[in-house]
Amino acid sequence: MPRPFVTIDGNEAAGYVAHRTNEVIAIYPITPSSNMGEWADEYSAKGIPNIWGTVPLVVEMQSEGGASGAVHGALQAGSLTTTFTAAQGLLLMIPNMFKIAGELTSTVFHVSARTVATHALSIFGDHSDVMAVRSTGFGLAASNSVQEVMDMALIMQAATLEARVPFVHFFDGFRTSHEVDKVEQLTLDDMRAMLDDKLVAAHRERAMSPDRPVLRGTAQNPDVFFQARETCNPYYLACPTIVQNAMDKFAKLVGRHYHLFDYVGAPDAERVVVLMGSGAESAQEAVEYLTARGDKVGVLKVRLFRPFSVEHFVTALPKSVKTLAVLDRTKEPGAAGEPLYVDVITALSEGAAAGVSPFAATPRVIGGRYGLSSKEFTPAMVKAVLDEAGKPKPKNHFTVGIVDDVTHTSLEYDPNFSTEDPKTVRALFFGLGADGTVGANKNSIKIIGEDTENYAQGYFVYDSKKSGALTISHLRFGPKPIHSTYLISQASFVACHQYSFLERLDVLREAQTGATFLLNSLYGADEVWDHLPKTVQRQIIEKKLRFYVIDAYKVAEQTGMGVRINTIMQTCFFAISGVLPREEAIAAIKHAIEKTYGRRGESVVKKNFAAVDAALDHLHEVKVPARVTSTFDLRPPVPKEAPEFVQKTLAKIIANEGDSLPVSAFPKDGTFPTGTTQWEKRNIALEIPVWDKDICIQCGKCILVCPHAVIRAKVYSPDLLKNAPPTFKSAPARWREFKEQVYTLQVAPEDCTGCELCVEVCPVKNKQETKLKAINMAPQPPIRETERANWEFFLNLPEMDRGVLNTSQVKDVQLLEPLFEFSGACAGCGETPYIKLLSQLFGDRAMIANATGCSSIYGGNLPTTPYAFNRDGRGPTWNNSLFEDNAEFGLGMRLAVDKQNQYAKELLQRLSGQLGDELVKGLLEADQSTEAGIKAQRDRVAVLKQKLAGIKSGEAYGLLGVAESLVKKSIWIVGGDGWAYDIGYGGLDHVLASGYNVNALVLDTEVYSNTGGQMSKATPRGAVAKFAAGGKPRPKKDLAMISMTYGNIYVARVAFGMNDMHTVRAFQEAEAYDGCSLIIAYSHCIAHGYDLKHGLDQQKAAVQSGHWPLMRYNPDLVKQGKNPLVLDSKAPSITLDKFENNETRFAMLTHSDPEAAKRLLAMAQDEVNARWRLYEHWAAMPGSGATQEKVQ
Amino acid sequence: MSDLTTTYLGLKLKNPLVVSPSPLCQELGSIRQMEDAGASAVVLHSLFEEQLTLESQDLDHFLAHGTDSFAEALSYFPDLGGYNLGPDGYLEHIRKAKAAVKIPIIGSLNGVSTGGWIGYAKKIEQAGADGLELNVYYIPTDPDMSGAQVEQMYADLVRDVRASVKIPMAVKIGPYFSAMVSMARRLDQAGANGLVLFNRFYQPDFDLEKLEVTPNLVLSRSDELRLRLTWVGILYGRIKADMAITGGVHTAEDAIKCMMAGARVAMMTSALLRNGIKHIGSVLEGMKAWMEQHEYTSIRQMQGSMSQKSVAEPAAFVRANYMKVLSSYAMK
Repeated sequence: MPRPFVTIDGNEAAGYVAHRTNEVIAIYPITPSSNMGEWADEYSAKGIPNIWGTVPLVVEMQSEGGASGAVHGALQAGSLTTTFTAAQGLLLMIPNMFKIAGELTSTVFHVSARTVATHALSIFGDHSDVMAVRSTGFGLAASNSVQEVMDMALIMQAATLEARVPFVHFFDGFRTSHEVDKVEQLTLDDMRAMLDDKLVAAHRERAMSPDRPVLRGTAQNPDVFFQARETCNPYYLACPTIVQNAMDKFAKLVGRHYHLFDYVGAPDAERVVVLMGSGAESAQEAVEYLTARGDKVGVLKVRLFRPFSVEHFVTALPKSVKTLAVLDRTKEPGAAGEPLYVDVITALSEGAAAGVSPFAATPRVIGGRYGLSSKEFTPAMVKAVLDEAGKPKPKNHFTVGIVDDVTHTSLEYDPNFSTEDPKTVRALFFGLGADGTVGANKNSIKIIGEDTENYAQGYFVYDSKKSGALTISHLRFGPKPIHSTYLISQASFVACHQYSFLERLDVLREAQTGATFLLNSLYGADEVWDHLPKTVQRQIIEKKLRFYVIDAYKVAEQTGMGVRINTIMQTCFFAISGVLPREEAIAAIKHAIEKTYGRRGESVVKKNFAAVDAALDHLHEVKVPARVTSTFDLRPPVPKEAPEFVQKTLAKIIANEGDSLPVSAFPKDGTFPTGTTQWEKRNIALEIPVWDKDICIQCGKCILVCPHAVIRAKVYSPDLLKNAPPTFKSAPARWREFKEQVYTLQVAPEDCTGCELCVEVCPVKNKQETKLKAINMAPQPPIRETERANWEFFLNLPEMDRGVLNTSQVKDVQLLEPLFEFSGACAGCGETPYIKLLSQLFGDRAMIANATGCSSIYGGNLPTTPYAFNRDGRGPTWNNSLFEDNAEFGLGMRLAVDKQNQYAKELLQRLSGQLGDELVKGLLEADQSTEAGIKAQRDRVAVLKQKLAGIKSGEAYGLLGVAESLVKKSIWIVGGDGWAYDIGYGGLDHVLASGYNVNALVLDTEVYSNTGGQMSKATPRGAVAKFAAGGKPRPKKDLAMISMTYGNIYVARVAFGMNDMHTVRAFQEAEAYDGCSLIIAYSHCIAHGYDLKHGLDQQKAAVQSGHWPLMRYNPDLVKQGKNPLVLDSKAPSITLDKFENNETRFAMLTHSDPEAAKRLLAMAQDEVNARWRLYEHWAAMPGSGATQEKVQ
Repeated sequence: MSDLTTTYLGLKLKNPLVVSPSPLCQELGSIRQMEDAGASAVVLHSLFEEQLTLESQDLDHFLAHGTDSFAEALSYFPDLGGYNLGPDGYLEHIRKAKAAVKIPIIGSLNGVSTGGWIGYAKKIEQAGADGLELNVYYIPTDPDMSGAQVEQMYADLVRDVRASVKIPMAVKIGPYFSAMVSMARRLDQAGANGLVLFNRFYQPDFDLEKLEVTPNLVLSRSDELRLRLTWVGILYGRIKADMAITGGVHTAEDAIKCMMAGARVAMMTSALLRNGIKHIGSVLEGMKAWMEQHEYTSIRQMQGSMSQKSVAEPAAFVRANYMKVLSSYAMK
């Protein structure tokens, strides 16, 4: 049977082979490996069997630690078992990996290698994770391209069964896991031919069975452990040959011949670069280019890094080699060298000693680091490394790809050195996430890869913001195999799908001379020139670009496509680029549309067809003038008022020039200033809210619900309006206490995302025209400038005195300054209003431990971060440790604060005589339960510091260091349901049980939102999620109920969309409670699948249906003889389907499997009813419920 | 024993009580109960093209929303393979209903586009429906659209669909035409085998607290029948198409009045929603009793007997009736 060519990414390639060659798959989502598990789950959900004809069992665990435990168990019980992971996930598997290897168990873990978080988290690719498992006993095998991922996945599966050495099969995260390539797909017959059934049977025979019982996992003492540990040696010694044999068998079968070390280059090379992973492809491209012009260079690709075969290594190299440049994609601070470098040196030395070395003289070895966190690695850098290797005194322990101006490790390279094949079409597309550009490009690659003889490659660069996201697609097509594992820097085609990008990005920077430029423009061919910035005009002229425009939004509107311009731009690309004859291309696009959208209904296909048909009529070539005529240029990334660090460092990142920043531009320990989102004016909203001061009742609801803190209010003296801009609005304040003052509700026009939650929540309707409210959406561009001036003026008005506000009511909370603003969260996010509220109420004394997830990404992803500070310089201090340890991390903060507070009090008492009894007494006995009390304590601490400065003693110096701990701190442990219900639950449970004064805020979206919607234990029964494609079959865990059973934990379940007052009260009570508090906050989410402007309505429906009963459990009430549980919402008043039917996560099951949907809904309804009865019963019990006697 | 048989759209029916579209028709069990209770045919709930389109578009929108934007979450939902969007569920329902009962099953269609009307009509025919009811519900709000244009649109629609299917076809319309008789004749000439009179005009209500327009669907009452009786009485004998009355048929007397006005069948929905499906049996029994009591031997005998052309005072159907009503109030 001929093998088909498919265009897929690395994750799909690995998932495909792993699924067909295993029986049990235990998974847990982590970027960038999640897709492998998703593919496996999807195959099994569709009933696709493995090569033995049975559908593999796929199970999602609570963490990677759990997944590896389940894998270990399944292997011990005799099933062929695998898992997929990356980064911290792989690290969590380490203990089980030692066990699995120690027991000589056959398995292959597929890893899309990712950076392990150090000074910062990074989701991108390097080898720091796989290098961290070198000591486990697992073999390590690298794949360098998508084709190799598919091939090696099978080869290693065959090898492990024979060798009994388990393997980590890894490939570079994103660069390979997410690169889409045309590859030859292995068939099931290939897999059957490679996998020996006798070895599978042997695997089963080694398994645990009560029919032939054995015991493993003994405990051994010093007398025997060592010897027993050495018993595995023969297996590791035999392993390289077994792997090579599998590679040879594969070559006979398929034709592609791999070796443990593959050499490419001149047979008489003197300089050879040694590396593994996708960088080896760039190196091959560079080496082939250089050898063609006569350079004596080569590249050695390391495929089997562990067990490292010295003999195979030295014999793979040309005898002529004089210098080896070993490149590691990882960093081991303090080591004598990075892992591959150290192994190469050892191998050369041992090879010479053993007499297997072919070299006349042992080659010189230099080592360097490249490509950390998916940093670009290009042929130009390879050339720089090879050039360095040719120098008499080359740098060692160098870096390449960055500018290290601190320890000067970096090699210089010529960025203009290019090895791109001129026959390869190289296309760059700048798109907006929402416009479907990436999806269309993926289709284009499939069309070209599968409908033509051409090879095709696609790589996609995404934004770290979740709203208004920029995407850059890099597409290559050509007659030769493509080894270019780096971004396009010489594009023959550039398309800009968003006109607004022109004013903030240099989109033509990568355009080569004579390239084609396609612009989606509101302006036609005759008028567009006058609307282009100077930089764009200049490059069009100087680079002699062919320039086309299309008003794709107009076509999209006319054909019912909304903002999805993907197929329109795709049609234009094919028409202009000529990759395929026009008619053929259109037919192929339509075929792809049918394939992609056919299952979503005929009308969806029809509108896409209409868009394709209409596109070319609107495509026009622009006659390019000879001169630059523009009077404006690209906007500066940040305003000139921004602080120096923002100007010098963050602004570069904003402008897409972060790669050019040198080492010295960065903090050494990952410490960044807060309050930086204010400088990144993204202008992503087409419409923004406009205040109608005449009908506004000043309730503050719009301010509370705004996810991005772009709506603010202040009450102030009318005298301050003297210098107000002409369009600045104000109205008499509607507070009894502030009668003489005025009120302004102001929108930040350039920070708004246009989500409309504010309009939806506004309770006021215009009496003349009921569609209007007290806040209404209006187009942003016409009012951008005036509102910008108004916003500036507003910011300079004084903040309210917190002491005079009643912060238990929403109306007053609106006047508290938010210290969390303009985050990169989704437009309409349901999580951020809670964090913003936290920042308003307690931000000036808050320490936040944040679990990895959405809240850590919009909270801490560069370039700019949303946690801010007030005029006194105070604000939340924030840190993200890991996904799994957040509760413990937060508890640690509390322990430190408490210890410092205790020490400070001890020192105060010791220094009482010198400080004055009154001050010390005031500090020690301060009542900090109110804003005024906290302010008074801050004032005392200021006096204390002054006095301490004048006292020369060790104790005074010590007290100075901990004086700030005398002011009450508010410790918040923030994270999503993936953390709280699953991976971090053990820790959360322990911390909640500890009794320490910490507050856990669980932003419950009922799904792993950040990694793309995988099921968690918070997912409701019947909801479709990844890993629950048939609808979650089990009910949602009741975290509140579990936590209440401790009796001493403050627990609240809130939903601000249903009852904002209740939410505010719960936050206040949680913070006031001197013990552990848990707030479980309903957070509507993009992963629920509906227009988030209706998020508040859905929150209401969640509560009214009984899915999300509002409650508070306050242990303090017990002291008053009261029942601690208060149910704050009424008995369910609507059926559950009224809530669920509005959301795609439920509705899609109704469409795909109506019977299952009905059955799960009925069960969920029963559970809602039963739970309500239980809560109601508990809440209705008289008294504290302590003992019957007490009640009476 | 009275002969209750009638014909409608060329279908021989055992009696004139036909169930008109409602959510009850969505359940096979209910359709079986309708047959058991004595219904002579069932018109299924409507296939709404607009709803199908909206469902497709919505699902497409929300499955695509937020995808391919953020590196960690390139999608938010798994691919479920199929979503049963489009008319397949409805067509399957026709097939199952046909297999479940012996009485005729009439499909109902509410289209938007010409292509939709024709395409779905063909599919309903292919699914095995005994007849097709075009459920035309159109509220003209465009000030540039004249009454003549609206009427032409109706006639074109009926002609286009008629040309594309072979099964008998009825058209269900509302009463708001300036010249109902002329309109009915145009539909007749365009190829309608039956006219279903009348679609009810769903008038929304206002919520004064929320200042919102709210849907307000109330069940019909017997007094709504008079509008139907008037027009069926007037149209009887003036058009070839069979007439069905829908809206206001609750009792045996209501059904008999329908027959006497000239309808071939009387359709019931509200009465069944209010009283249960078994109510059909009660109405049938009532009809039989009435006929026996008044010595009618067949339904055919009474059909059209009180139509405008058959009554002693044809003018009673037009202005005189109006005058009489007014004067009857005046006398009180």
